[in-house]
Amino acid sequence: MNELPQQLANGLILGAMYGLIAIGYTMVYGIVQLINFAHGEIFMVGGFGALTVYLWMPDGFALGAAVPLMILGGVIVSVAVATAAERFAYRPLRGAPRLAPLITAIGLSIVLQQVVWMWYPDAKKDHPFPQFEGGPIDVFGASIQRGDLFVLIAAPLCMFALGLFVTKTRSGRGMQATAQDPDTAKLMGINTDRIIVMAFAIGAAFAAIAAVAYGLKNGQVGFRMGFLMGLKAFTAAVLGGIGNIYGAMLGGIVLGVAESLATGYIGDIPGMDLFGGGAWKDVWAFSLLILVLLFRPQGLLGERVADRA
Amino acid sequence: MRQRSLIAITAALAAGSLTLTACGSRDEGSSGGSGDKTTVVLGVDAPLTGDLSALGLGIRNSADLAVKTANKSEYVKGIEFKLEPLDDQAQPSVGQANAQKYISNKDVLGVVGPLNSSVSQSMQKPFNDAGLTQVSPANTGTELTQGDGWKTGNSVRQFKTFFRTATTDEVQGAFAAEYLFQKAGIKKTYLISDQKTYGAGLAASFKANYTKLGGKIVGTDNINPDDRDFNAVVAKIKKTGAEALYYGGEYPAAAPLSQQLKDSGQNIPLMGGDGIYSAEFPKLNKKGEGDLATSVGKPVEQLDSAKEFIKNYKEAGYKDAYEAYGGLTYDATWALIEAVKLAVEGNDGKLPSDGRKAVLDAMAKVKFDGVTGTVSFDEFGDTTNKLMTAYKIKNDAWAPEFSGSPKLS
Repeated sequence: MNELPQQLANGLILGAMYGLIAIGYTMVYGIVQLINFAHGEIFMVGGFGALTVYLWMPDGFALGAAVPLMILGGVIVSVAVATAAERFAYRPLRGAPRLAPLITAIGLSIVLQQVVWMWYPDAKKDHPFPQFEGGPIDVFGASIQRGDLFVLIAAPLCMFALGLFVTKTRSGRGMQATAQDPDTAKLMGINTDRIIVMAFAIGAAFAAIAAVAYGLKNGQVGFRMGFLMGLKAFTAAVLGGIGNIYGAMLGGIVLGVAESLATGYIGDIPGMDLFGGGAWKDVWAFSLLILVLLFRPQGLLGERVADRA
Repeated sequence: MRQRSLIAITAALAAGSLTLTACGSRDEGSSGGSGDKTTVVLGVDAPLTGDLSALGLGIRNSADLAVKTANKSEYVKGIEFKLEPLDDQAQPSVGQANAQKYISNKDVLGVVGPLNSSVSQSMQKPFNDAGLTQVSPANTGTELTQGDGWKTGNSVRQFKTFFRTATTDEVQGAFAAEYLFQKAGIKKTYLISDQKTYGAGLAASFKANYTKLGGKIVGTDNINPDDRDFNAVVAKIKKTGAEALYYGGEYPAAAPLSQQLKDSGQNIPLMGGDGIYSAEFPKLNKKGEGDLATSVGKPVEQLDSAKEFIKNYKEAGYKDAYEAYGGLTYDATWALIEAVKLAVEGNDGKLPSDGRKAVLDAMAKVKFDGVTGTVSFDEFGDTTNKLMTAYKIKNDAWAPEFSGSPKLS
């Protein structure tokens, strides 16, 4: 059997998830030039928000019907945490040197992990997450699990909606203006504080959707799940060109596919059998990142911008 | 340029934070003598937080039960035992800091733990230098006691202070290979390890014994134990025609690995060691039916000697189950209590002034009937009890299949 379609599908699914999380990094960076290292934890709390909604459901409630409510629950929790973080942790530091909010973000990430670890019942170890019943679906020689269909549908829908929002609505144009020049945007009557909160909120909502996808796919959520996923999503955002929303999704997919293909094929190259497989896939993915940044320091879709600082 | 350097700094920070994980709660031990009794503190070090905490809490509670039992029956006259649990978060660096903490408390005469072989490696030397006895209920890494020479038959005792009630990966790998090849009749196996001390050692021992028996390893791979998506690896296994997957590692990654394996249409069992023999494994893995694990000793539920342990554990009302290492932890703790007793009895009923040395000297003489069978230690500090059991998942729970001791060549 040809393995390639399967590996491409695996990479695409993983990459779409990275992409959804990467949106949060890229939007916040595009507007306030902050790398929000707590974003991985925003993703994590979204997963627990969705799980809580599911546990509240009466027994026998169909998972398909529960998923929209779970997304809603996850989004509410993630957005609440992200906007609170913006208001109380980042806004007071807006005029401070850039490293100050960055360190704050790392601290916040540890705090959020510990809060979930301590207060969420049964969260000290990985917590089971509901999964769809039924076997995989065959598409072009690749078998795709029911749970994975969710991210394949959600990711393009989210991107389409975000694209419309940014280009067509008043708030979206305000967002673009703030990204280009916050001071001028403010002079033009744009409420930049509101725009910044909005960027955090949209990123958090996307992260929550990714968290539901993660849970449905892997059948578990855990308080540490945000760390590795957040790091990979940040990489995806840089790879695609940080600040560019389509770049974030493209970066995610490139990263996911690269990981998948590296696992599947590098070991088969004669003389490379020691460097293939699951343990080395991150090495290859990050080598790709370095390579791309060497030739396109602004990332795949990034624009060359003058220093704004 | 400033943006570029910001990203560089961020990347460095990200790399740094890879080693930064959650800080757990710590119980500060306050040693207070109670009346005419001498207090002896026993440490217990295990991951009480994080994804291995199910196993770690079982270890802490079982040690606690042993200490309480000894105090209640005044097993050692004039001695009041006190337990000081520390959380190592399954991290070698935290484990080493904990070891220093135990060493600096002069009342600590012995330490039970840890769970992870990699953590143990960071604790062995400080304990050895301080002459403080350590008994692990769970470390199966063969080199911990016998050095790297064990593969070639040149076993050399590494640390005079290290003992264990768990058997070695050498025994476990051999038992798994015998079971899979002879009892289950599976001749082609794919091998995956998580590259940690435990997982890699177990995988290596399995491979050596399985090929010796005539089995074929059709492919090998390594995974990152923090990952949860193994679809790429699973797709690779498919083309090899493997009849089983042997995984050297622990249940948090093994559960999604097993499920994704079956999701991909490969109805072959995943087999692992005692690291996947946890009640959490079938909970996190909806397609675990038929998966296999080996664990040290016999299931405590089947042993007459363990009935009292199970009863007492239930009556003590611990919130968490005793898990895979409950019986072995009880025995490890009891071995230390026994050693204290021997030391006290050899010194006219009083604790010798150099308690640590007396306890260490007594360890070689310790022999008693414990929860898991007769407990005593050989010249390497390994347990003399080599009994192992293979388990299979039936109706979403581990059920014992076969017990025995492997033939070691």
